[in-house]
Amino acid sequence: MARRPTWRPARLAEVRRETGTARTLRLEVPGWPGHVAGQHLDLRVTAEDGYTAQRSYSLAAPADGDSVELTVEQVPDGEVSPYLTEVMEVGDEVEVRGPVGGWFVWRAEGTAPVLLVAGGSGIVPLMSMIRARRRAASRVPFRLIYSLRDFGGRYYAEELRRPDPGLDVTYVYTRTPPEGWRRPAARIMLDDLAEGGWPAGFEPECYVCGPTGFVEAAADLLLALGHAPQRIRTERFGPTGG
Amino acid sequence: MAIVSRGFSGRRREGGERLPPGQYLVEDFPVLSAGPTPVVPPDRWEFAIDTESGQTHRWSWRELMALPRQRQTVDIHCVTRWTKLDTTWEGVSLDVLFEDVETTADYALVHSYGGYTTNMPLDDLLDGKAWIAYRFDGEELAPVHGGPARLLVPHLYFWKSAKWVRGIRLLDDDWPGFWETAGYHNYGDPWREQRYEDD
Ligand SMILES: Cc1cc2nc3c(=O)[nH]c(=O)nc-3n(C[C@H](O)[C@H](O)[C@H](O)COP(=O)(O)OP(=O)(O)OC[C@H]3O[C@@H](n4cnc5c(N)ncnc54)[C@H](O)[C@@H]3O)c2cc1C
Repeated sequence: MARRPTWRPARLAEVRRETGTARTLRLEVPGWPGHVAGQHLDLRVTAEDGYTAQRSYSLAAPADGDSVELTVEQVPDGEVSPYLTEVMEVGDEVEVRGPVGGWFVWRAEGTAPVLLVAGGSGIVPLMSMIRARRRAASRVPFRLIYSLRDFGGRYYAEELRRPDPGLDVTYVYTRTPPEGWRRPAARIMLDDLAEGGWPAGFEPECYVCGPTGFVEAAADLLLALGHAPQRIRTERFGPTGG
Repeated sequence: MAIVSRGFSGRRREGGERLPPGQYLVEDFPVLSAGPTPVVPPDRWEFAIDTESGQTHRWSWRELMALPRQRQTVDIHCVTRWTKLDTTWEGVSLDVLFEDVETTADYALVHSYGGYTTNMPLDDLLDGKAWIAYRFDGEELAPVHGGPARLLVPHLYFWKSAKWVRGIRLLDDDWPGFWETAGYHNYGDPWREQRYEDD
């Protein structure tokens, strides 16, 4: 076997509700080797008769000893996410393997400005970068453009509302904007990225994460704005394996 | 070390259905290729794994033959909708070839004599899921079926099981192969009918 990380037992230590359909799980994983912001892990659940299912989940926060955080959105009719968002209780166990992924990462040594573009649960690895920046007291300027169906769908709402010098947040609503919102409900557009992002000439590192269609659209818009392809990193939260 | 997740039951198929959705059974073994059949004599055959850090691990035909072989019977599913049950292959598990390969890459780009390429996550090649196969149905693998050796990854559509396999490049980044840049799905799970780009 190649030296891939091994499966480790993970015990649910704490849950926090993010929205009506998403919650953050803090897992205790003895021996967790640590990770870089943007990486994910593979999670395996096993039924009593030995049947198993595996899915990938982004790490939502920087490493903190043996503790890791995930934020999971319930996919209607899904096999694993309803278990993680509704059924699993503190003390229950799954297995995890990781960290995984070496490209979609931000390291605190970085000096280029950063643009984060999130669609729905695609905020998760980007939030890990925001938290890593804060923890490292990095002065690198960050801008976050967060596309959501509606106001109630925001993850980490309180934390993103708190002032974080050098971090600007723009919300884009695709279905139901809050009352009095200036921008009409629509999918992400060129103007959103032009106004909420950085001029291409600043040579920012761009990170785009969300459902496959969102990532395609946002990455194409960034290219149209003149950002170099090698500075646009993407992570697609497609269905399993997609 | 199975850790049971209390309250997880999963969703499984009834009666162990072996035919993925949209597939039909065949008894023969259809041949599909993107070009003429390359002819690769075993004495000129070589297989290499190139890691993301630039290390190369190579095997000659003789070295491959000296490795422990496995015989397994699997179902195979072609994206053109045929499925063949209980095909029997002999070859070397990729776990054996990867024993000394140090990598943290996430992706594999498989390439063949003749220039064909196909990509998949590295995880899909490990843990007993893939082989370099050189015998089919008790016989040497015929050139039209990829002989002298082909990749065998039965859990993905069969275009991933590259014929005339020559090597694997390990990459941090996904790099679509021949069909994957030509409108076919990047992953190709038959059970999810991942045939084309937007499936
Ligand atoms: C690298 C990576 C990181 C990920 N990180 C996160 C994360 O931080 N948080 C998170 O909630 N999810 C994340 N995902 C998605 C996650 O892996 C699962 O796909 C998701 O939880 C659904 O699994 P399920 O078993 O509930 O649904 P399944 O049983 O696999 O699917 C049920 C149905 O839902 C559809 N479906 C599956 N996944 C999605 C999806 N993501 N969006 C829309 N429809 C879908 C399927 O096509 C199917 O029709 C990530 C995926 C990847 C590849």
